[in-house]
Amino acid sequence: MKTEQQYIDLFTQYEDLICKNSSPVMNAPRAEAFAAFERNGFPSLKSEDYKYTDVQKAFAPDYGLNLNRLYIPVNPYDVFRCDVPNLSTSLYFMVNDIFYDKALPKGHLPEGVYAGSLKVFTERYPQIAAQYYAHAALPDANDPIVPLNTMLAQDGFVLYVPKNIAVERTIQLVNIFRGDKDMMANRRILVIIEPGATARMLVCDHSIDDVKFLGTQVVEAFIGEGASFDYYDLEESNSSTMRFSSFFLKQAANTNVVVNGITLTNGLSCNNYYVSLDGENGEISLCGMSVLDKEQHLDTHTLIQHHVPHCKSNELFKYVLNDRAIGAFSGRIWVKEGADKTEAYQTNRNLCATRETRMYSKPQLEIYADDVKCSHGMTTGQLDENAMFYMRSRGIPPEEARMLLSVAFTSDVIEHIRIPALKDRLHNLVEKRFRGELAKCEGCRICK
Amino acid sequence: MMLEIKNLHASINGKEILKGINLSVKEGEVHAIMGPNGSGKSTLSSVLVGNPAFTVTEGEVTFNGKNLLELSAEDRSREGLFLSFQYPVEIPGVSMVNFMRAAVNAHRQYKGLPAVSATDFLKMMREKRAIVELDNKLASRSVNEGFSGGEKKRNEIFQMAMLEPKLSILDETDSGLDIDALRIVANGVNKLKTPENAAIVITHYQRLLDYIKPDVVHVLYKGRIVKTAGPELALELEEKGYDWIKREMGD
Repeated sequence: MKTEQQYIDLFTQYEDLICKNSSPVMNAPRAEAFAAFERNGFPSLKSEDYKYTDVQKAFAPDYGLNLNRLYIPVNPYDVFRCDVPNLSTSLYFMVNDIFYDKALPKGHLPEGVYAGSLKVFTERYPQIAAQYYAHAALPDANDPIVPLNTMLAQDGFVLYVPKNIAVERTIQLVNIFRGDKDMMANRRILVIIEPGATARMLVCDHSIDDVKFLGTQVVEAFIGEGASFDYYDLEESNSSTMRFSSFFLKQAANTNVVVNGITLTNGLSCNNYYVSLDGENGEISLCGMSVLDKEQHLDTHTLIQHHVPHCKSNELFKYVLNDRAIGAFSGRIWVKEGADKTEAYQTNRNLCATRETRMYSKPQLEIYADDVKCSHGMTTGQLDENAMFYMRSRGIPPEEARMLLSVAFTSDVIEHIRIPALKDRLHNLVEKRFRGELAKCEGCRICK
Repeated sequence: MMLEIKNLHASINGKEILKGINLSVKEGEVHAIMGPNGSGKSTLSSVLVGNPAFTVTEGEVTFNGKNLLELSAEDRSREGLFLSFQYPVEIPGVSMVNFMRAAVNAHRQYKGLPAVSATDFLKMMREKRAIVELDNKLASRSVNEGFSGGEKKRNEIFQMAMLEPKLSILDETDSGLDIDALRIVANGVNKLKTPENAAIVITHYQRLLDYIKPDVVHVLYKGRIVKTAGPELALELEEKGYDWIKREMGD
């Protein structure tokens, strides 16, 4: 229990301080989370689910935490001059794990919609918040991050959309890691989309300093009956950033949700997605793509649970690996007893450009219902030699041909995005990434 | 002399397919290469454009004074060699416009010219696709993906029109084409003919040669050119088949 001990000591010693700078709703589940963390600790490399990502090693160093919520000097607008062609968003910032309230978008949101600090929201609307906060990400869930995050998180972002309200403008949250010394940040995102409402979120992660960052993030999204929601998550951090993100999605009946996670630059990331289809006729498109080179590392876990009949899930994850990059994908679809007429499809395709890359893929399908349509498929390979030769025979240089084929390989993931301007922008970004023009995070490239 | 092939031997997986090809092609000429299945026609075209599946074991090929066999596949293209593939490759996700722009700009860069502007490029695409009667959806479609057999062959000739090669090799461009598509493809090739460029037409049948008139007809058999004559040879083959050639060769 060596790695865990410093977090146990930290919480025991500073529980009061953590609570003082947070809200009662966020404080309520801490004790239970702490107990779960003490009990379970971090998974070891021997555990089936985490044998490719050394969680203990990631959490072993002594990072600084900003429990006192000291203001970290940064003007996000200096870093991000946000002006996406044809995509105007309501733009919010978080610096490490603190909501940045010095610059808020004005007048864009429909009445009753709340977007902003989770701490403030849970203080102002405790009755609403308490119904949801920590209700999807249960401390006892078999997730390595939830207990720790729940016990340490003090703030985060919330999007609350009341019944039947459509938020036209995309809500964009830019997370900036910045610090003068090694930092740990524990961020929480809560999304409540009430019945019949519609909203779209774009979340971008950036690191702007070269110190070591360790981020934990727990996202809980509750989608009410008949609601529609999009969540696009773009990581453009740097090689000294480690990210552990667990995303929990609960969908009521007749909901339609798109989740798309894109990793362009990072250090080590572990992205977990848990989707629970709780009402009939729910639809989820869960996609992801990553471009990994040098020592980049990405481990994705997905669990889609079909609890009820007539739901549809479509899962597509693609990795392009170069140099010595490591990728892992573990995808599980679980069709519960009685969830008849389920449609569940899972695809994982990977390109390995060098012999030194490693890709570990584990598709799992568990079906306990009759009359379902399910499939899973996984391929890992190299670029199509025939296509390469065809392009070269037209005079296209091999490196350009490889770039075009790599962009093409990942383009269908981006095609699932439902915001046309963002789709265009991402096609462009991914191409730049393959051209090596995105070597280091220099700010929000969604916007530049 | 534009192309000079001397005693060319080539093999695949250790099996020798070409066993001493000799062939010379001058500017302005159209050569037809005919021959029974498995005689090495497609191997010859693959070797000329540098398909890495084949190994040249002997002989030399000079193209416009350069040692062709020393050039990479992309440089052969930039030097003005073009192959219309018998089986054009489908490339899902790569649009024709991006594919062609990359090719045209690579050719221009090789010649020391600046990249073509977006407007000029689209205009060029428009003009050239008209030659093979492809519609305006071409630019946004993925390379050959979902194309019919005829569209694929027309797309090959479209690419030829865009790249303006000195020497085009048409590898069974007529196979799988109905009579209308054949006419469109052949007309396209004829429109692109100039006194400065040349073509090698590989085919089984006379019907393509009704449209594209060859100056010289060769018969390839067992990896060698065993007969060379004027256009009348193609007609004779159409009428009598290849058996008399085989007999002449003692088989």
